[in-house]
Amino acid sequence: MENQVIAPNNAFVRSHRLRETIGKYWYKFSRNKLSVLGLVIVLLVIFMAIFAPWVTPYPQHAGPFVDYDNAGKPPSSKYIFGTDIFGRDIFSRIVFAFRGALVMAIVVLLLSVPPGLLLGLLAGFYRDTWIDTVIMRITDIFLSVPPLILALAIASVLKPNLMNSMIAVTLMWWPWYTRLVYGMASSIRNEYFVIAAELTGASRFHIIFREILPNCLSPVFTKMALDVGWVILIGASLSFVGLGEQPPTPALGQMVSDGARYMPDLWWMTVFPALAIVVIILGFNLLGDGIRDMLETRTG
Amino acid sequence: MKLGPFVLKRILLSIFVLFGLSIVIFLIARVVPGDPARMALGPRAPEEVVERLRKEMYLDKPLPEQYIQWLKSALTGDFGTSLTTKRPVADDIKEYLPATMELAIYAGIFMVIFAITLGTLAARYRDTWVDNLIRLVSYFGVSIPAFVVAILFMLLFGYFWPVLPVIGRISPGVTPPPTITGLLTLDSLITGNFTAFWDAFKHLILPAVALALGGTFQEARITRSNMVENMNKDFLLAERGYGIPERKIMFKYLLKPSLIPTVSVMGLDFSSTLGNAFLVELIFNWPGLSRYGIMTMLRKDLNSISGVILIYGLVFVVVNIIVDIIVAYLDPRIRLGGVKGT
Amino acid sequence: MTENGLLQIKNLHVWYKVYGGYLKVLDGVYFDVNKGERVGLVGETGCGKTTTMKAILRILPEKDSKIPEGEIHFKGQDILKMNSSELQKVRSQGIAMIFQDPTAALNPVFTIGDQLSEAIKVAFSSGRAHKETVKQAAIRALKEARLPDQERLLGNYPIQLSGGMRQRVCISMAVSTPRDLLIADEPGTSLDVTIQDQILRLLNELVEKKSTSIILITHSLGVAREMTDRIYVMYAGTMVEVAKSKELFRNPLHPYTLGLLSSIPKLSGGGIARGIPGRIPDYLNPPTGCRFHPRCPQALPECSVQKPGFYDVGDGHKVACFLYKG
Repeated sequence: MENQVIAPNNAFVRSHRLRETIGKYWYKFSRNKLSVLGLVIVLLVIFMAIFAPWVTPYPQHAGPFVDYDNAGKPPSSKYIFGTDIFGRDIFSRIVFAFRGALVMAIVVLLLSVPPGLLLGLLAGFYRDTWIDTVIMRITDIFLSVPPLILALAIASVLKPNLMNSMIAVTLMWWPWYTRLVYGMASSIRNEYFVIAAELTGASRFHIIFREILPNCLSPVFTKMALDVGWVILIGASLSFVGLGEQPPTPALGQMVSDGARYMPDLWWMTVFPALAIVVIILGFNLLGDGIRDMLETRTG
Repeated sequence: MKLGPFVLKRILLSIFVLFGLSIVIFLIARVVPGDPARMALGPRAPEEVVERLRKEMYLDKPLPEQYIQWLKSALTGDFGTSLTTKRPVADDIKEYLPATMELAIYAGIFMVIFAITLGTLAARYRDTWVDNLIRLVSYFGVSIPAFVVAILFMLLFGYFWPVLPVIGRISPGVTPPPTITGLLTLDSLITGNFTAFWDAFKHLILPAVALALGGTFQEARITRSNMVENMNKDFLLAERGYGIPERKIMFKYLLKPSLIPTVSVMGLDFSSTLGNAFLVELIFNWPGLSRYGIMTMLRKDLNSISGVILIYGLVFVVVNIIVDIIVAYLDPRIRLGGVKGT
Repeated sequence: MTENGLLQIKNLHVWYKVYGGYLKVLDGVYFDVNKGERVGLVGETGCGKTTTMKAILRILPEKDSKIPEGEIHFKGQDILKMNSSELQKVRSQGIAMIFQDPTAALNPVFTIGDQLSEAIKVAFSSGRAHKETVKQAAIRALKEARLPDQERLLGNYPIQLSGGMRQRVCISMAVSTPRDLLIADEPGTSLDVTIQDQILRLLNELVEKKSTSIILITHSLGVAREMTDRIYVMYAGTMVEVAKSKELFRNPLHPYTLGLLSSIPKLSGGGIARGIPGRIPDYLNPPTGCRFHPRCPQALPECSVQKPGFYDVGDGHKVACFLYKG
């Protein structure tokens, strides 16, 4: 064979290849303008959450603070989203509420995805054995209750604070990943390349983590991106009924529920936090779609 | 049609799941830091009274035995007494469950009708303004939580444009029908009371739509993408090639295989509807089981909490079985398996 | 249209819309089928055989394809200009296509009976004279495809059948009502060789019995040689050669045909078979002039500039190559 080109593998080539790969991924991601919008929204939210004390006009309003002279003021140039009945700037409180929301999403996903993944892999690998049955039945049990109800139930028997609401949501979140991964793992498990690896004596650890897992990751990442929005939503639902962050720390759902009492007169107390929730979820949904486009090849 | 053994298997599995659920519920209820008897009677009750209640609640016996006791009573419909309403939880459930079910059913109907319509339209006119509009609206629809929609509805219809009622199930001036199923609309129709039917129906519209919106758009998108994927499959082309009219192809030969994945999602969405009903019921002051559930949860009313979760678990399991049966009926590949080697 | 002519494709161009432009798959296809004839269509994967057939029945993806030029005459009328009822008549009574993969060609969630009856119903309602009911016709069609236990088969779903049976079901759909032309796209390729043989024989029988014409698409020269009267050789969206079957094998003229024939490994002598260097062109930016010229060992300077015509060398043998001009 004459015409073989032997490709060099030095650092220059490797960095070029990395840039190429990133370029390819970015191309696939950015084809849909909405995904880019989602990315922008998400980055903006994260930025504002991290730099909240510097980005907001009244950072002290996110703590114990009252100013009855300015209570219940509609949106103005001084208070862009208006103030609540304690005189606190709604805009600043919303931005600080982003913190709790994002922290919750990150923690919940970090805590629930690895176990969920692991259980799904195991159940898929040991398909049709007792391991599979036990894991999947337990998963079924957790999934048999409407998600919000389970979260509420768990959160309500614990003391209401951010930590406990995170625990509650984590406990009901992992089964979704188990089920997702189980489906993929159990079909990949019977693919030829896995059987080949087994025949050549690869350890089970190797097969599960180096053969099966990498092929399951794309939908998992997509789901994680989409899930941030959903966790924030459940968090907002919990704080709506008073579970989760306790006052005076602001939480989006809590602000919506506080404001609901004063509708329609002080409508800004409810509408802006509600819009904030919608925008965050929208952002992560769009981002998640873009990640799916980037990672998964779709037919036509 | 090997439907029989399939259904049996699902039912057995579900019973197992329910048992497991009951254990989980039981454990949750007992994990409460604190003494359930003391909590039931309050901090000022004298110790002997609390002790007596403890014995009654079997709190001094080992955990597994407590579970068996609890399970035995639960199976006979006795969930204990509610701290909040001071009545048997079973009575509370009987009173409030139909309200939530009615809401969920109407939300479900809305979801099915509109998801299929929107999805089919988007697929048929894909890449035109119709499709793009539906897609844009879907992004928003999926992102707006049910309780936000509910609040917006409150604002809109409660104050600015009062064409639809926003509180409760039936207007104060209208006589409700006698309780047959507990579903106001159904009961009114059965007893021929059309004023009550219309009134109850109007009350259902806003909360049901608020609940259904998110799921509707999600299912519409799934339907669309399934239809688009199936549109260029060989069997579709073959059917067209035989001269089968386009309309029949769209509504029969394309729709059925495309709907099958959607149906499973619809089942899941129905159960999320039950969950989201919590907040919507609060906002619309709907006397349903979910609102009761929240109230009792906030008061740590363990008996009620357990009862509510168990009932919802049961409903969910039943809905799942029904959905699985429907899917198996629609998709022969599931119930028949394949010939070896193909 | 000649006396015996059934189908005539003239200068057909088909483009597929993709990101970045159009895939110009068919680049001026000429193709004729006469009454009662068995015509073979041979070519590599991706050369446009299936696209041409889909164009005939107008089942190309509506939004993603376009036919910028060309005519397809069937029994004197241009299919591309027909209205929907005329088109329906052609699809239900004139031409039927048997797809390559029988598993994909059957709707998985409907019974065999449902799909078969539907095809028959369309034929009956668009004017096909009939003496039997739809169900009787369906059972007869299954019988003709040599399928046993027809009544029960009607109630079965595709998933319950073996690959060979599914292929026969597709065939039975195609012959359920009398047709003028059958198109068989690589029949039996996805099946066992022995089953493929049975399928091909069945097709042959049916064609002879009903004096239907058939277009047999295949990438197997052996099959083409045995089962056809005339063979077209196709490359990258053009017909490069056509001749009576025996003649094509005795006297192949186009460089591509020569390359194809020499790629067949022979059991007796001749050493290792040679392939044709290079690959099929990129349809997004196809080569100018003759599409084969980049790979052609006998390319002339004009080959990269102009597209050759279909030159007649006698007795229906035509070659699309400047070597045989005039």
